[in-house]
Amino acid sequence: MLRVEEVQSVEFSSALILKFDEIVSRYPEGKSKSALLPILHEVQAVYGWLSSAAMDKVAEYLQIQSIEVYEVATFYTMFFLKPQGKFVLEVCRTGPCCLVGAEKIMDYIGDKLGVKEGEVTADGLFSYRGVECLAACGYAPVLQIGPEYTFYENLTPESVDQLIENLKNK
Amino acid sequence: MGRKLLLEHINVPGINTFQVYKEKGGYRAVEKALKTMSSDDMVEEVKKSGLRGRGGAGFPTGMKWSFLAKPEGVPRYLVCNADESEPGTFKDRYLMTHIPHALIEGMIVGSYALGANTSYIYVRGEMMPQIRILEKAIAEAKAAGFLGKNILGSGYDLEIYVQPGGGAYICGEETALLESLEGKRGNPRIKPPFPAIAGLYGCPTVVNNVESIAATVPIVNEGGEEYAKIGIGRSTGTKLISASGNINKPGVYEIELGLSVEDFIYSDEYCGGIANGKRLKAVVAGGSSVPILPANLILNLANGDKRLMSYESLSEGGFATGTMLGSGGFVVLDEDQCIVRNTWNFSRFYHHESCGQCSPCREGTGWMEKVLHRLEYGHGKMSDIDLLVDVSKKIEGNTICPLGDAAAWPVASAIRHFRDEFEWHVKEPKLALEKNYGLAHYADPIKVAEEVSVN
Repeated sequence: MLRVEEVQSVEFSSALILKFDEIVSRYPEGKSKSALLPILHEVQAVYGWLSSAAMDKVAEYLQIQSIEVYEVATFYTMFFLKPQGKFVLEVCRTGPCCLVGAEKIMDYIGDKLGVKEGEVTADGLFSYRGVECLAACGYAPVLQIGPEYTFYENLTPESVDQLIENLKNK
Repeated sequence: MGRKLLLEHINVPGINTFQVYKEKGGYRAVEKALKTMSSDDMVEEVKKSGLRGRGGAGFPTGMKWSFLAKPEGVPRYLVCNADESEPGTFKDRYLMTHIPHALIEGMIVGSYALGANTSYIYVRGEMMPQIRILEKAIAEAKAAGFLGKNILGSGYDLEIYVQPGGGAYICGEETALLESLEGKRGNPRIKPPFPAIAGLYGCPTVVNNVESIAATVPIVNEGGEEYAKIGIGRSTGTKLISASGNINKPGVYEIELGLSVEDFIYSDEYCGGIANGKRLKAVVAGGSSVPILPANLILNLANGDKRLMSYESLSEGGFATGTMLGSGGFVVLDEDQCIVRNTWNFSRFYHHESCGQCSPCREGTGWMEKVLHRLEYGHGKMSDIDLLVDVSKKIEGNTICPLGDAAAWPVASAIRHFRDEFEWHVKEPKLALEKNYGLAHYADPIKVAEEVSVN
């Protein structure tokens, strides 16, 4: 079952529409659906997640059916279909990272933030989740934070403390 | 000290910029190709080089290029597969981060060889910093006249665009990648037709890995025959190896194919030995999808010779005693690591990443993960071990794309080589829990099991 949280309406800014236009220009005529993933990234970078209203608006812009947007957004793990914390700490939990302590780092983050995986802290600032291989096994454990997907490598409890403090002051 | 073709200037300050890259001899291949070589010459040089696909499959790149259909009036495409997400593999991220122009230059010579006027670099979405780096490199190359209309006055036009993925391992499979690039779910296509006949937008397309494309630059510069002199046998040239796990010096290394596995693990030039003075237990040599090998088999062949870092030597003995070079994702496990836990972790990955299109993969990966999970968490039965072997056999070879095989091989090989460890988890679940989770859980193994639902 598709679980998409509803919001009333969304209006894209003219700057965002200009960005969409530039993205569409990368593909041959009649192939603008190729712009779907890049456009969804742009929308998520602005709003923090993809609401049904935002996805409908994307469908309208690309002149495709809304279901074509939903089926893509639900397939790819980078797209959030409900609101998240302002900062989503995505910790790689796959093999090589786990060999050097990724699970302990996840536990530490959960304890420190006082929330379970996928939950948002009361102040709305943080959520965290485990993600599959981030292709940075040599610098493990690692985490990333969108929308720029900034990387933090060789994590320790101390570096996590510092990171969270820095983000609180951002 | 092995010869470096891709990472020779990795430590030069500013090598990520067009100016410094060019000062170090960059973009010579574009000038040589466009001014002195035909498309056919280019394909021939890559064939002579013996270059094999560096993404994992190892298919000869020149042959792949020669398959490209060339109907009149139909565009052709070169698509770079930069959707690196095979556990253990991080070489492409490294290359794109530090020497982005090596990829852009390779894209230009490759596109010229294939007659493509528009090319795409499909980068996994999580690599947003690398996407920005590549976009900057493309802008620099264009400003210098190496991209756009009438490149270097040759009459050849080319535009390169970067496409972000959405976080799906399956998009590393070439037809799933093309589906994704067309704005759809990354479901692999049934082959044939192969992309060389009907690829992006139904047009002839070649999909190559980042490292393969970058490797065409030294091949053009030095000639295919010279490139083929490096390496050993049919494993020609150099290869980027991503080394991780319990080693002293994890990182990306460029090796000449033919180096011994032992030297790669223990020499100071590369991994620097096992971390914390531990002993080597096992290695996953080519990314998580290839069979795991215990220490004795990864270091030595059946006849006692040293096993080498090459396509042939690593696969010697088939899957009974061998593995694959794959993507070059080299994951080292020390004596303290639990094979059951490691296998479960990889199995969870493949379950999570199965696109769900084929029943054996969709159902089988989940089944294997659940069984491994209960073995790991102290609820396993002895019959589970054969059940895992049975399920893995039923997935292998029965899916549209190789993800099914990739999910089956780690499980089958772990049981083949470490069956006693699986049996120990069944016989001594409390001890296994204590080993992996500590004394607190030894007192209450059920608590651990409840932390994640076991079906």
